[in-house]
Amino acid sequence: MSSAITIDLILKIWRQQNIHARGALQTYTLNDISTDMSFLEMLDVLNDQLVLAGYDPVAFDHDCREGICGMCGAVVNGQPHGPETETTLCQLHMRHFKTGDTLVIEPFRARAFKLVKDLVVDRSAFDTIIQAGGYVSVNTGGAQDANSLPVSQKNAEEAMDAAACIGCGACVAACPNAAAMLFVSGKISQFALLPQGHPERRERALNMVKAMDEEGFGNCTNERECEVSCPKGLSIRNIARLNREFLKAAISLP
Amino acid sequence: MRIVRRFCGSSVGKKVIMAVTGMSLAGFVLVHVLGNTAIYFGAESFNSYAAHLHELDPLLKVFEVVLLLLFVVHVSFGVSLFIRNRFARPQRYAVSQSSGGRTLGSVTMFYTGLIILAFIAYHLWSVSFSSRPFMTSIADLIRAHLQSPYVAGLYMVSVSAMALHLSHGLWSLWQSLGGSHPAYDTLLRRGALALAVLVGCVFVSFPILAQVWDGFLR
Ligand code: HEM
Ligand code: FES
Repeated sequence: MSSAITIDLILKIWRQQNIHARGALQTYTLNDISTDMSFLEMLDVLNDQLVLAGYDPVAFDHDCREGICGMCGAVVNGQPHGPETETTLCQLHMRHFKTGDTLVIEPFRARAFKLVKDLVVDRSAFDTIIQAGGYVSVNTGGAQDANSLPVSQKNAEEAMDAAACIGCGACVAACPNAAAMLFVSGKISQFALLPQGHPERRERALNMVKAMDEEGFGNCTNERECEVSCPKGLSIRNIARLNREFLKAAISLP
Repeated sequence: MRIVRRFCGSSVGKKVIMAVTGMSLAGFVLVHVLGNTAIYFGAESFNSYAAHLHELDPLLKVFEVVLLLLFVVHVSFGVSLFIRNRFARPQRYAVSQSSGGRTLGSVTMFYTGLIILAFIAYHLWSVSFSSRPFMTSIADLIRAHLQSPYVAGLYMVSVSAMALHLSHGLWSLWQSLGGSHPAYDTLLRRGALALAVLVGCVFVSFPILAQVWDGFLR
């Protein structure tokens, strides 16, 4: 194996004890970081050093570290999940940075995402939205016959694309208005495109939008920052579909 | 009533209202710019265009009231959406960096809107409702205004703001109304930009002509 390449970094990380405390960017220098590391492994190294020196480690969310769970996420130099497209923070590798780079690392910022500590925010507002309509009701009884519910290939593909959302909240972080439209539109789309989602289709559109508004997210102004920041590449075509679903429901429901 | 509340009381519904009013206003702007091209053909044709418009009178009054209503709704909802969006992000980022979605037009939507608002107030006061001295034709009035370098400058700033507003708005409204198709999206975005630039160029040409050409509206 060839010898590993290492880089030296200057990190400016948002440190805040809790939502009531005052927060500020703290500067750390971190040397000899292997470019084979992921971003979170880099933070692990920093935390090891902080703990050994007797300081509080930087709190950050993570779970799978495989880009599938949606737990990780921070804003790196103004971009959620960092500069690479369709990449979660845990899958972002340090080879994309150069020695001497300054990385400003901040939590996702939105009124609806309350800060917990440092880079950790509470994204349970998404759960509230899901509870408002992100489900299908299935009657019990004998199993459906296979292939009795035909789904066109196009719809199946588009539903799968929408369902790729991992609920990380990068769309909210990226949106200049802290809107949750890409997330909500992904959930609404995956159901609207499949027959299983049709019974509650109209109520779902109204209820999920209502929950989204009540949680304090902003309004979409079609800035398209969400789709370029989404680690799963969800398209704002889903937002257009959400708008259609809302329009149809708002007009047709009594 | 419930339907009205659904629209006015939700973020997505408000956007639909913005899109419908924005589209209607944009339709008016397009007709207005087309009509104003009569300026290119001299004072006589411009005056006769204005006279023909006023022959439609009762209809014209209805039209003006509808336009004013659309405008008031567009501005009120625009302001309320703007305030709510500011509220949704109480703490701003230390570093803000676009990932590549925003455009100059989309970023400045509210501010170009404010410039348009100020301009329309001035426009109504100075042209539409001005007490014209007896025997002054509309062409003479416009020429007198646009020959002032200050008025010409302000006019150019305002119509550029309008073009910028339209460069985002003419695409954005389709998205708000739920129309999006991968085959047409790029075309729609470019078409919106092209139309906005064209409208801007035609409007901007009037003060420029007034400044450099003695025969403007004579
Ligand atoms: C003749 C004048 C105007 C025209 C033709 C026009 C046209 C439009 C159009 C087509 C949109 C896009 C709607 C959408 O995204 O769905 C829009 C959005 C907007 N307009 Fe106007 N507008 C005009 C005047 C104004 C004024 C005076 C304001 C004052 C504040 C304003 C503020 C806004 C704002 C803030 C938006 C963005 C709303 C959003 O995306 O949520 N506009 N306009
Ligand atoms: S930790 Fe699971 S997606 Fe990053």
